[in-house]
Amino acid sequence: MGLGGSCAGWLMQAPCWLGGDFSLSEDTQQQIIRETFHLVSKRDENVCNFLEGGLLIGGSDNKLIYRHYATLYFVFCVDSSESELGILDLIQVFVETLDKCFENVCELDLIFHVDKVHNILAEMVMGGMVLETNMNEIVTQIDAQNKLEKSEAGLAGAPARAVSAVKNMNLPEIPRNINIGDISIKVPNLPSFK
Amino acid sequence: MALKMVKGSIDRMFDKNLQDLVRGIRNHKEDEAKYISQCIDEIKQELKQDNIAVKANAVCKLTYLQMLGYDISWAAFNIIEVMSASKFTFKRIGYLAASQCFHEGTDVIMLTTNQIRKDLSSPNQYDTGVALTGLSCFVTPDLARDLANDIMTLMSHTKPYIRKKAVLIMYKVFLKYPESLRPAFPRLKEKLEDPDPGVQSAAVNVICELARRNPKNYLSLAPLFFKLMTSSTNNWVLIKIIKLFGALTPLEPRLGKKLIEPLTNLIHSTSAMSLLYECVNTVIAVLISLSSGMPNHSASIQLCVQKLRILIEDSDQNLKYLGLLAMSKILKTHPKSVQSHKDLILQCLDDKDESIRLRALDLLYGMVSKKNLMEIVKKLMIHVDKAEGTTYRDELLTKIIDICSQSNYQYITNFEWYISILVELTRLEGTRHGHLIAAQMLDVAIRVKAIRKFAVSQMAMLLDNAHLIASNTQRNGICEVLYAAAWICGEFSEHLEESNQTLEAMLRPKVTTLPGHIQAVYVQNMVKLYASILQQKEQSGEKEAAQEITQLMVDRLPQFVQSADLEVQERASCILQLIKYIQKLQIKEVPVAEEVIALFAGELNPVAPKAQKKVPVPEGLDLDAWINAPPSDSESEDEKPKTIFHDEEQRHSRHRQPEIDEEELARRREVRKQEQANNPFYIKSSPSPQKQYQDTPGVEHIPVVQIDLSVPLKVPGMPMSDQYVKLEEERRHKQKLEKDKKKKKQKKEKKGKHRRHNSLHTESDEDIAPAQHVDIITEEMPENALPSDEDDKDPNDPYKALDIDLDKPLADSEKLPVQRHRNAENLKSPDTEAPLVGKKSKKPKKKEKKHKEKEREKEKKKEKEKKVTEEGKKGEDLDFWLSTAPPPSSITQTQSEPEGSTVLAEPEENEDAKKEEQEEDNDEGKKSSKHRKKKHKKEKEEKSKDKKKSKKKHHHSEEEPAESVQNGTLDDEPLPPMSSYCLLAENSYVKMTYDIQGNLQNDSQVTVSVIFENKSASFLKSMELNVLDSLNAKMLRPEGSSVHDGIPVPFQLPPGISNEAQFVFTLQSIVMAQKLKGTLSFIVKNDEGSTHEKLDFKLHFSCASYLITTPCYSDAFAKLLESGDLHMSSIKVDGISISFQHLLAKICFYHHFSVVERVDSCASMYSRSIQGHHVCLLVKKGENSVSVDGKCNDSTLLSNLLDEMKETLSKC
Repeated sequence: MGLGGSCAGWLMQAPCWLGGDFSLSEDTQQQIIRETFHLVSKRDENVCNFLEGGLLIGGSDNKLIYRHYATLYFVFCVDSSESELGILDLIQVFVETLDKCFENVCELDLIFHVDKVHNILAEMVMGGMVLETNMNEIVTQIDAQNKLEKSEAGLAGAPARAVSAVKNMNLPEIPRNINIGDISIKVPNLPSFK
Repeated sequence: MALKMVKGSIDRMFDKNLQDLVRGIRNHKEDEAKYISQCIDEIKQELKQDNIAVKANAVCKLTYLQMLGYDISWAAFNIIEVMSASKFTFKRIGYLAASQCFHEGTDVIMLTTNQIRKDLSSPNQYDTGVALTGLSCFVTPDLARDLANDIMTLMSHTKPYIRKKAVLIMYKVFLKYPESLRPAFPRLKEKLEDPDPGVQSAAVNVICELARRNPKNYLSLAPLFFKLMTSSTNNWVLIKIIKLFGALTPLEPRLGKKLIEPLTNLIHSTSAMSLLYECVNTVIAVLISLSSGMPNHSASIQLCVQKLRILIEDSDQNLKYLGLLAMSKILKTHPKSVQSHKDLILQCLDDKDESIRLRALDLLYGMVSKKNLMEIVKKLMIHVDKAEGTTYRDELLTKIIDICSQSNYQYITNFEWYISILVELTRLEGTRHGHLIAAQMLDVAIRVKAIRKFAVSQMAMLLDNAHLIASNTQRNGICEVLYAAAWICGEFSEHLEESNQTLEAMLRPKVTTLPGHIQAVYVQNMVKLYASILQQKEQSGEKEAAQEITQLMVDRLPQFVQSADLEVQERASCILQLIKYIQKLQIKEVPVAEEVIALFAGELNPVAPKAQKKVPVPEGLDLDAWINAPPSDSESEDEKPKTIFHDEEQRHSRHRQPEIDEEELARRREVRKQEQANNPFYIKSSPSPQKQYQDTPGVEHIPVVQIDLSVPLKVPGMPMSDQYVKLEEERRHKQKLEKDKKKKKQKKEKKGKHRRHNSLHTESDEDIAPAQHVDIITEEMPENALPSDEDDKDPNDPYKALDIDLDKPLADSEKLPVQRHRNAENLKSPDTEAPLVGKKSKKPKKKEKKHKEKEREKEKKKEKEKKVTEEGKKGEDLDFWLSTAPPPSSITQTQSEPEGSTVLAEPEENEDAKKEEQEEDNDEGKKSSKHRKKKHKKEKEEKSKDKKKSKKKHHHSEEEPAESVQNGTLDDEPLPPMSSYCLLAENSYVKMTYDIQGNLQNDSQVTVSVIFENKSASFLKSMELNVLDSLNAKMLRPEGSSVHDGIPVPFQLPPGISNEAQFVFTLQSIVMAQKLKGTLSFIVKNDEGSTHEKLDFKLHFSCASYLITTPCYSDAFAKLLESGDLHMSSIKVDGISISFQHLLAKICFYHHFSVVERVDSCASMYSRSIQGHHVCLLVKKGENSVSVDGKCNDSTLLSNLLDEMKETLSKC
C-alpha cells in the first residue's frame, strides 16, 4: 500500500478527510486531522515538508508529507515504499490538476465541490496507491466523465442547474471573484520530474 | 413517465444540494451541530423517496457530513441503492460514499457483490472504473474471493484506463485473498511490459509492493526489472524499480554488483532530485550488502557521500533532511566515510527545523569514538540547556544516553565523567525520562564495580538535594532518579562516607511526598544503610551512637507506616517492628549488627533482561501436564481446576505468622539457599571462576580501583562534567607522552625496524586507555540459554500470507473461484452469518474444484510438464544472468553494453513461450466462466432482488428513531411491585431472604445481601453464617480464618425485628449458575434459657446475578453487534399475557438489563457481566408469545441466561 494511510486532506478552513483505506472510525479520522493540522500549521515556512510518523498515523514507517499553498495544506501520509520527493511532486500534480479542472482554482471551489475533488483524486490515487501521475491523462479522463454526466442530466437536469445558479447569484457570501492568489500555481524551482 | 421525471426534477431543485449544505454549515457556525442534525433529518426524509436523483443528492450530502466526522453507516443500504443506479452520475456518488464509509464490519457489504460484478462488466468504461476505485477502498476477503476472477479478466481489457485500475486493485485483492496471488501472477508479470505507460507503472507498483514484503520470492524477476530500469524513461517507474532493487540486493549480492554501474550512471546523468536520491539510496543498500570483501567500492561510497553532502548543504530543507536520512544508512557500514563530515552534521544540530535536528542527532549516534565522545556530549549538553520544547530536549536526553551506553559503554573511557553527566541531566525540568537516567545510574553502578565508590558519593549528594529534584510536582518524571539514588546508596552502603547524613536525608518528612514506588525503595534501602551504620558503630564500640541511630529510625519510620501506598506501608511496618526488636536487644546489650547485616548479605548480579525467557525447558518437563490429577468433585464439575494452586497459595499467605524471629529467618534463608543450590532450574551465577568469587559476599573482592591521580576523587559541590573533559585531555596527553617516550626507547633499541609504524602517528581509538580499569560485568544468562532470537517477529503480519513461492508451477487446485450459487445463498441472513461466511465457504469450493479437475486432468498434465522444464530453465537463467556480470574491478562501459543486450534477449524468449501458454490458459478460463455466468445469471439476479427487497423493508422499520423510546419509560402504565429478594430459608425462628448483586469494583466478586427476620418471640444472637465453598465460589472470610469457619452476623435480633447483612463471595467462572449449601447457626434466648439452633439453606447464584445493569447508547450497541465476535442464541416463550412494557420491566429488574432502544413491540437491551461480557438482547413480542434473541461473548453464559429468562417469562 503505497500511500500508507493515504490520508490526504486539505486543512485550514475546511479540514477534510479525503480517502483513507483503513477502516477508521469517524472520530479517529477527525482526531488525525486535528493533530495533523496542529502539527503542520505550527511549522515555519522554510522548514522541510516531512513529518515523521507518530503513533496516530501508524508508526515510524509512515511519514506525513505536505505542501502549503496560501491557506491550504495538502497532506499525504505515506509509508517507506514511496519516494518522499516523488510525493511532493504528486501533490504538485494534484494541485495543478485541480487548477485545470476548476479553471483557476480557489479555496472556495474546493470547499463547495468536495465531491469533484474526490473524483479528481480518485484518478490519481486508488486504494492508497499511486494510479496516475500524468496530468494530461488525468484531466482527459475527468473531462470525459464530466461530459458523460452532462449528457445523462440532459434536459431533466437543466432546471436544477438554473436554480442552483440563481441561488448562487443571490447569495452575497460567495465572493465569486476572490481567488486566493497563491493557489494559481507557481512552480517554485522544482526540478522537472516528468 | 417523462412528465413524471421532469416533475421530479422540478421538485428536486428546491431540495438542498451539496453546495447549499456547505453554505448552510458555514452560516451556522454557532449552532453547527444543531443545523447538521436538522439536515440529517431532511436527508432521512429524502432517502425515503423513490426518486433515485433525490436519493443520490442525499447520499452526496451524507458523504460530506462523513468527512466532517459524522457517522453515516446507518445509511449503508441507501448507499448501495444509489450505487446500483443506472446513471453514471448517481453511481459515482454511491461508490464515493461507499468508499468513504464502508469497511469490513459493514454487514450490507455482501449485498454489493453482484452489483459490482455487473458494473465491472459494464460496456461503459467509467462505470467499470468507478466500481474499481470504490472496491479498492472497501474490498473484503469475501469480495476479493468472489470478484478476483472478474478483475483478473479486466487486466486484459482493451482500454488502458481499465487495465491500469484492474492491475492496481489486484494488490488489494492479494492482501485480502492470498490464494489469488499465484493464479494471477503470470498475467500481472505480463503487464510489466504493457504498451501503455500507465498500466506498466501500475504493474511495477503492485509487484514492488509485493516484493517489498517478501523480497526473496521476486528475485527471479530481477532480469526483467533490470531491463525496465535501463529502458524506461518514466521517473515514477524508475524510482519504484530502484527502490525494489534496494530491497532485493541484500538477498543476492551478485545483483548488487551488476547494479552499481547503471546506478552510478543515473546518478551522474539525472536532473531529477527524487531519482538521484533514490539511486543513492539503492547504491548504499548495495554497498551494505557487499560491505565485506569489496575493496573497490570506496569510489562509490565517496560518490554517495559527496552527493549527499551536496544535498545537506542545499538551502532546500527537504533535500537537507533526506540527505541526513540517507547518510545515516551509510553510517551503519561505513562510519569512517561519514565521520569526516562531522562538522556539517554538528552544524545541522543548530538548524531551526526540528526534523532536521532529530536526523542529525541520529547520525551522531554512529559518529562517536572514544576520542570524541566527551566533546560531542558536551555539545549536546549545551543544546539541552538551550532547547525550548520539552520534546526536543527529551529527545536530546535519550540520544545522550543512547550514545554513551551504546555497545556496552564501548566509548566511555571515564565513568566518573559519565556519572556526572547523568547527575547533570537530573537538573532538567519537566523531562519524562527520569526512569531512563535512573536505569543508567543503576546499570553503571552495578556493572562497573570500580565506579561504585564515586557513584555512591554522587548519589548521596542527590539524596541530600532531593528537595531540588522533587520540589515541583511537575518535575515528576525526574524524581525517578531518586529511586536509583536510594537503591545505590543502600546496596553499596559500605562505600558511603557520611552514612548518617544520608540516612537522615532519606528519613526527611519531605520524602513522603514522593511517588509510592520510590518511597518503597527508600524504606527498603534505609534499612540496608542502617545495618551498615550499625555494624560500623558496633565494631568501633560506640554503643550509644548505635542506639541513637536505632532511635532515629524508630522515630521517623512511622511516617511511612501511615503512607497511603500499600507497598510502602507494608515494608515500613515490617521494618519498624524489626527495628523495635533490635532496639530491645540493644538495651540488653546484645550485639546485633552481624545478624542485621546478614539480612542483606550477598551480592546482586545483573541479569540479562531476556534471561528468564531463555531458560530452556528441560527434557521431560511438560509444562501443560497436570501435577495432580484434576479433582472430580461432584459439586463443582463446571470449574476450572487450574485455580486450585492459586487458591492454595492465597490461603497460605493468610495463615502466615506475621512475625518471625531473626533466627528463624536466617535458618529459612539457609534452607532456601540449599534448595536453590540443588535446584537445577534456579538461575544461578554461571560456574566460571570469575563469577564465583562475585557470589561470595564481602568487600574484599571488589577489584582495587586504579584511579589516575590527576582526577580528583571527589569534585566539590555538584559535579561538573566539563571538568572531566579538561582532565581527560590532560590525562590523554600525558599518556601519549609516556607512550612516545617508551617508543623512543624502543626505537633506540630496535633501530629502523619500526620506523614506519612510528611515523604514522595518529591517535587511534585503541591508543586511549581508559581512566579506570573498568570491569564491565556482563549480564548473566542461564547456562544453556537458547541462542535464537525469535521474539521479534510479529505473528499477525498481514503480509505474511503473501509470502508465496511464485516460481512453482500452478497446481490444479489453485484456480480462482468462478461465480456460483453460493453468493445467493450467502444473502439469506447477512446479519448473523457475515462473520462465518469466510470460513464456511472454503469447503464447498474445494469440491467444485475437484469436479473441475477431473475435466481437465489430461491437459493439465501436459502443461505441468512444460512448466516444470521451464522452471528449471528460469532458475538457471537467473544464475546465468547474475554470473555473467564481469568482476567489479573491471567494469567499464564498453564492456557492459553488449553484455546487457544478451541478457535481455534471454528472458524475452522465455516470456514469449510463457505468454502463449498463458493465453491458452486464460481463454479456457474465460470460456468456462462465461458459460457458467450465463447459466446462473438470471436465477441469481432474481434471488438477490428478492433479498434486497426484504432487506429494505426490514431496514426501514428499524430506522425510525423519532418513535423510539429510551429505556422504556414512555408508557404510564403502573408497574406491579417487584422485589428482587427471594426466600433463602425459613423456620419457626427466622426467615432469610436474599439478593445478589455484582460488584462493580471487582470482576470476580458478588455481594449477597441477606435479610434476617426474627419471627419468634425470643431473642436471637450469636448468629453465624457458614457456606460450604465450592472450587468456583468461595465466601470471603476475614483474614486468618479457615475455610470451615463461619462468618458471624454483625447484629443480634430482638423479637419481630429484621436486619440485613452482606456477605461477599468470590467467583472464578461466571458462565454458569451456582448453588452453595450453607447453614445459619444461632442461639435462641428466651425466659426458659437458650438453645442452639441451625437452619440449612441453599444459596442460588443465578447467571443474572452476575450481570450489572449498564446503560448503553444505541450507536455503541450497534457497533458492538457489528463487531461480530458475539455468540448468538435465542428462545421463544408462548402464552405471554402481560404487556410488553411490563415484560421489559421484568427483564430489566430481575435480569439486570437496560433498554437500549424500543420500537413498538420490539426492544433491544443490554447488560454487562462483572467480568465484562457484553450481553445484548433483542426482545420481540408477538400476539401472545415473546422471542428473545441474545448475543454474548460467551455462549455458555448466554444460554444459561436465556434459560433463566425463559423461566421468568413463562411465569408471566
